Amino acid sequence: MLVRHQTRLAWLLVLPTLAAVVLVAGYPLFQVIRFSLYSADIARVRPPKWVGLGHYAELLRDPDFREALWNTVRFTAGSVFIETVLGLVVALVIHSQFAGRGVVRAAILVPWAIPTVVSAQMWKWMLHDIYGFVNVVGVQFGLLSRKVAWLARPETAMGALIAVDVWKTTPFMALLLLAGLQLIPDELYEAARVDGAPAWQQFLRITLPLLTPTLTVALVFRTLDALRVFDIVLVMTGGGNRTETLAVLNRRILIDFQDLGYGSAISVVILILILLFVGLYLHTVGRTLRED
Amino acid sequence: MARPGTSTLVHAQVAARGRALVRPGWVRRRVGRLLFYLIIAGIVVYSVFPFYWAVTSSFKPSVDLFSERLKWIPSPATLVHYVTVFFGANFGKNLLNSLIVAGGVTGVALTLGCLAAYALGRLRFPPRNAVLYLVLAMTMFPQISVLSGLFVLLQALRLFNTHVGLILSYLLFTLPFTVWVMTSYFRGLPRELEESAYVDGASPLVTLLRVVLPLTGPGLVTTGLLSFIAAWNEFLFALTFTVGERVRTVPVAIAFFGGATAYEVPWGPIMAASVVVTTPLVVLVLLFQQRIVAGLTAGAVKG
Repeated sequence: MLVRHQTRLAWLLVLPTLAAVVLVAGYPLFQVIRFSLYSADIARVRPPKWVGLGHYAELLRDPDFREALWNTVRFTAGSVFIETVLGLVVALVIHSQFAGRGVVRAAILVPWAIPTVVSAQMWKWMLHDIYGFVNVVGVQFGLLSRKVAWLARPETAMGALIAVDVWKTTPFMALLLLAGLQLIPDELYEAARVDGAPAWQQFLRITLPLLTPTLTVALVFRTLDALRVFDIVLVMTGGGNRTETLAVLNRRILIDFQDLGYGSAISVVILILILLFVGLYLHTVGRTLRED
Repeated sequence: MARPGTSTLVHAQVAARGRALVRPGWVRRRVGRLLFYLIIAGIVVYSVFPFYWAVTSSFKPSVDLFSERLKWIPSPATLVHYVTVFFGANFGKNLLNSLIVAGGVTGVALTLGCLAAYALGRLRFPPRNAVLYLVLAMTMFPQISVLSGLFVLLQALRLFNTHVGLILSYLLFTLPFTVWVMTSYFRGLPRELEESAYVDGASPLVTLLRVVLPLTGPGLVTTGLLSFIAAWNEFLFALTFTVGERVRTVPVAIAFFGGATAYEVPWGPIMAASVVVTTPLVVLVLLFQQRIVAGLTAGAVKG
């Protein structure tokens, strides 16, 4: 077939996807940036008024925004760190040969398969202040001196949210890392065993360095996800008790307060934050792609 | 009491005799093995228990649910919460809405995605990488960042609070994924495929439909399943772009399941609804385990 002909056909096939990208991502994004420069309500009752970068200046002084930013950072750092460590342990366990390995791999997929809203509700019930499993069993076995209203106290609410996120996403982490582990050639370990290297040394000298690319990608993936956390927070605490994250604040301003301009400015800030990490992601993935 | 030095010596002697009796390292290996299986049991219980607890809770009568004496198995068991969910609430309607939206967006994403992926994976297309990265950038888009833009767009198109509106907005996170995974599937097929088809005089589109697509069946199933699950679970857009019960999907319904009064949370029905929406997903995931794992990790590990 003629090359020119083929290229034309390719354009034709790619066009619907490009149109969809522009319609649901490009154009709305352009609008969000434009809205952020105006003072306007989302129902468009008042005519929009140009305020330039006014909203962004306001953000710097807004204690709610500062707190949401801090909460988002706390949530992201806590959940991503624990997920990575737990995920690595689970991946190492599944990677070794043992009877019933398939069953374990299937079992860890369960949390991943459950919708976030549902897992949030399930855990909210398990953490119920009077009848929740955690409190009742905790007191029964002497792990807790008395029942704790986990989600109603500022000191424990964020920790509870992180625990639920860890439960939900560790499987994803473990599966990614498992795939990475499977890429490491067995001969390396055999050679190490012949040289008499103990297991922990094999882990530090072979596993960890060779797993680093996968680990980086998994970390960035999870960080991106954690930075935009919304479902868990909204369902479990509604953003109360020092758990309001940027996305939750954003929706509150935008929809509940109907403040199109200020809400859009927060959206832009979230996007910039995430783009920083996308840059990092493209950097790492782009490198592995070129090496292929 | 013996001096520490003696006791260590005795210990060493006992240990030496022990080693002579059993094969060296036998005990240590046994203990290690036991520890290993304990860790595995821990992982399995940790993963599955919350779901198990939701299932048992959904079958417990309210008296047992709101009691400080825990029952590990519901006895007596009751279906009252399931009856409440399906007859006392709009849950059937919510399920239907979720099916329409998740099924719809999966169909659209697969159709558009396969056409694009065929061009990107099999045809000569100079701006290939530019398009792939553009689409990848879209994956990274936080949904919240386009919320106000999409909100205004859907209202302008008169698609607010409609199934089509939700389907359209869900392309944001299903389409990029579909394009990427299908492109990598298409690229993995041997070159000779189309060549022989061209020789037989088939046009590229016919080749795609008759030759290439049937070979990528597994890929289609995986991507379809993953985008269906993503859409089925979506919460933020469903919450923001719908009003009332007409288009409300399952996650929103479960998040805002109301009790008889504002202060009473109906945990029984919430758990019953949770079990209803989760069971098919868990079954699907367990059935397609291998493929899902391959699909999830393909993008990340191989790039």
